[in-house]
Amino acid sequence: MSLQSSANEPAIELVGIDKKFGAVHANKNINLSVGKGSIHGIIGENGAGKSTLMSILYGFYHADEGEIRIQGKPVTIRDSQAAIAAGIGMVHQHFMLVENFTVLENVMLGAEGGQLLAKGVAGARKELKRLEKDYGLEVDPDAMIEELPVGSQQRVEILKALYRGAEILILDEPTGVLTPAEADHLFRILEVLRDQGKTIILITHKLREIMAITDTVSVMRRGEMVATRKTAETTVAELAELMVGRRVLLRVEKGDANPGPVLLSVKNLTVKDGRGVTMVDDVSFDVRAGEIVGIAGVAGNGQSELLEALAGIRKPVSGEILIDGKPVESADPAVLRQLGLAHIPEDRHHMGLVLKFEEYENSILGYHHDPRYGRGAMLDLDAIRKSAEEQIEKYDIRPPNPRLKTANFSGGNQQKIVVAREIERDPKMLLIGQPTRGVDIGAIEFIHRRIIEMRDAGKAVLLVSVELDEIRSLSDRILVMFAGKVVGEKSSDADEQTLGLMMAGIAA
Amino acid sequence: MSTASVPLPAWINYGAIPLLNLILAFFFSGLVVWAIGENPLEALNFLIQGALGRGDAIGFTLFYATSFIFTGLSVAVAFHAGLFNIGSEGQAYVGGLGAALVALSLDHYVPWYVTMPFAIVGAALFGAAWAFIPAWLQAKRGSHIVITTIMFNFIGAALMVYLLVNVFIVPGKMAPETRTFLPGGQLPKLDWLMALFGLKLGPAPFNVSFIIALVMCYLVWLLIWRTKLGYEMRTLGISPTAAVYAGIPYVRTVIIAMLISGGLAGMMSLNAVMGASARLQVEFVAGAGFVGIAVSLMGRSHPVGIILAALLFGILYQGGADLSFEMPNITRDMIVVIQGLVIFFAGALEYMLRPGMVRLYQTATGK
Repeated sequence: MSLQSSANEPAIELVGIDKKFGAVHANKNINLSVGKGSIHGIIGENGAGKSTLMSILYGFYHADEGEIRIQGKPVTIRDSQAAIAAGIGMVHQHFMLVENFTVLENVMLGAEGGQLLAKGVAGARKELKRLEKDYGLEVDPDAMIEELPVGSQQRVEILKALYRGAEILILDEPTGVLTPAEADHLFRILEVLRDQGKTIILITHKLREIMAITDTVSVMRRGEMVATRKTAETTVAELAELMVGRRVLLRVEKGDANPGPVLLSVKNLTVKDGRGVTMVDDVSFDVRAGEIVGIAGVAGNGQSELLEALAGIRKPVSGEILIDGKPVESADPAVLRQLGLAHIPEDRHHMGLVLKFEEYENSILGYHHDPRYGRGAMLDLDAIRKSAEEQIEKYDIRPPNPRLKTANFSGGNQQKIVVAREIERDPKMLLIGQPTRGVDIGAIEFIHRRIIEMRDAGKAVLLVSVELDEIRSLSDRILVMFAGKVVGEKSSDADEQTLGLMMAGIAA
Repeated sequence: MSTASVPLPAWINYGAIPLLNLILAFFFSGLVVWAIGENPLEALNFLIQGALGRGDAIGFTLFYATSFIFTGLSVAVAFHAGLFNIGSEGQAYVGGLGAALVALSLDHYVPWYVTMPFAIVGAALFGAAWAFIPAWLQAKRGSHIVITTIMFNFIGAALMVYLLVNVFIVPGKMAPETRTFLPGGQLPKLDWLMALFGLKLGPAPFNVSFIIALVMCYLVWLLIWRTKLGYEMRTLGISPTAAVYAGIPYVRTVIIAMLISGGLAGMMSLNAVMGASARLQVEFVAGAGFVGIAVSLMGRSHPVGIILAALLFGILYQGGADLSFEMPNITRDMIVVIQGLVIFFAGALEYMLRPGMVRLYQTATGK
């Protein structure tokens, strides 16, 4: 099927697209042709220019040069309205839905069809029924968005696009927030859409998805389209190499764990979020020196709150945290750091870094009272910059400039700034949240190796990640969280399906 | 990516853009002047001459600028910690009480240079004390600092009137003010500094507190960019979540930042009370606290920027007074309109010209 689909006439063609932002050449002379009725993957590291290209296609940016052709005809896409009119629909990574509207209201929003709603509502309801029947997109039209699971919300986004007559559907990192089961469901929907003649462009950095679902795939690197392949004729290894520009180790190489005494112990911990909802419910576990304990789970099942409670950021309602067998009296981040607990937070933009700071200022965040960085009330800027330069060199942070504003580093390099800061302190325990979210393959490899090194050096590592592959390849033991509870423990060779079912709360 | 993230060289960011904003503000002020039937160029000439034309004019301009430096620093320090202190006005007013108490107690016994350090501490302590309650309410109870500091301006004003009318008033006099301080309680004028430039200060109250203000500029710079406390304040100001992550204590940092802010506002009274009128009077702050907000905004919360912005507002104050004297059609209210336009263009519309400058810069450098 893949061979045949690309032989179809192109639904969309990009010819010589070029875009610069100041000194940054985001897209260099991009040529792309996507056959009608096919699923085309676009893969590349962060900052490779995928999102820019799609934003040009959807009218958010205008190309400096080049032409867009739809069904063979050149079009000018001034804004998203024009893109919709040209039959292009976009499903964003972060959903653009009104939370307290129903599904039907969200689908109609901006396409109400007249001043009075009643007629539009009836029409929309009918149309929604038809779309549901044709494409198997079942969602209750009268359900509130906020009450729907993430997978259903995404279906509403797809419905929105189809309702507006989209023939070409662009999905930007669609599986980031989904469970494996939900992702499979999405793929089935996409296959139906393709078989009904829709054209689908899938942007992702997950190679597995490309292999599973696409007919053809294009690889972007540093603003250039470096290759286009038929998916059936390529391999994961080839794509990874094309993305990064060199050979990549896909599996993390590590020896057996050599667990020592318990360093971090959690007893009957219960944590509530800001709204008073119990997010962590009576959780107990131990982390030993020299082992990596992974916490798997779909985002929003209490992992974030657990991590925050352990790091002293969120006060638990009840339960105990013991470090080295001693209960932690006041869980304050500053006190915990002194006890040897380092924390790479899930959200580097809001927690791990102050993006407006220069790099060297972030290299001491949380450790600014360290005597190495200044005496008394004063900071010793020379010492700080020198240590920042050392970290930059050791962790290959690019560009190697401690005076650069942190926001101007790429996602992978920002994460390296955090990792360098936390690991270089030689902590006894390490809490890690989503270490490679939005990080490119080259940096993922690097960060994973550092985490293994920490384990081998006898540190206790607690890893939270929504990437099941990451949990499986790094952890020595895996705890699965569902609805605030630890629903089971598996060894690292547990298969994906078992873990997936546990994450969905189906089997223990 | 938008033009907002494109880095521009400092001379454009801090030189060309503010200057263009200022020119725009004066252009629109000119339109206003023209609309009421006066010649804008002539008005501009009166304004400049009135502010910088003579020795005493410069003296008055610098006197006003001194007050605005103190209040501008006050607003800036709080702002770096993410706090919008609208209460510099009231903190300066109550700070005057501290300065006056020191001056009244010591002026019989010691020369001014002995009184001065005590007066600085007194003014700062009273100003800080007036900022403490809003700071505590913000830190502990989450009461919004903007609301509480505004309310404390009114409470402070009422308190000061009560004290001046009922406690400090000189028996037998009608004016609600303290007795005049002896020279031991006054800050001397800086006529020697003016004389260095061949200028005569005349009656202008330009005094030693100008030097105190400059020292405070340096100390604030040191605090914000060279101390651990300043680092913690900036982290909290930019990213409260990162501050929590870093273990920066919210309550302590908020309260200390506000105490420093209030203290700086309080020091403004050194200039007005001990440097100019030599007594504590009702309403002596006269809006300098609010001007401090504009000064801090325009000066990008940086001491150097604050000095420049304070000078600009000093010119507008002094030159404006002269202008309305020379052109009766242009009332005091019109001067306030012109000041408003400056704040509008230089503060609120700070980023209006930026995208254009970015494009111009990119074209010019061929990037």
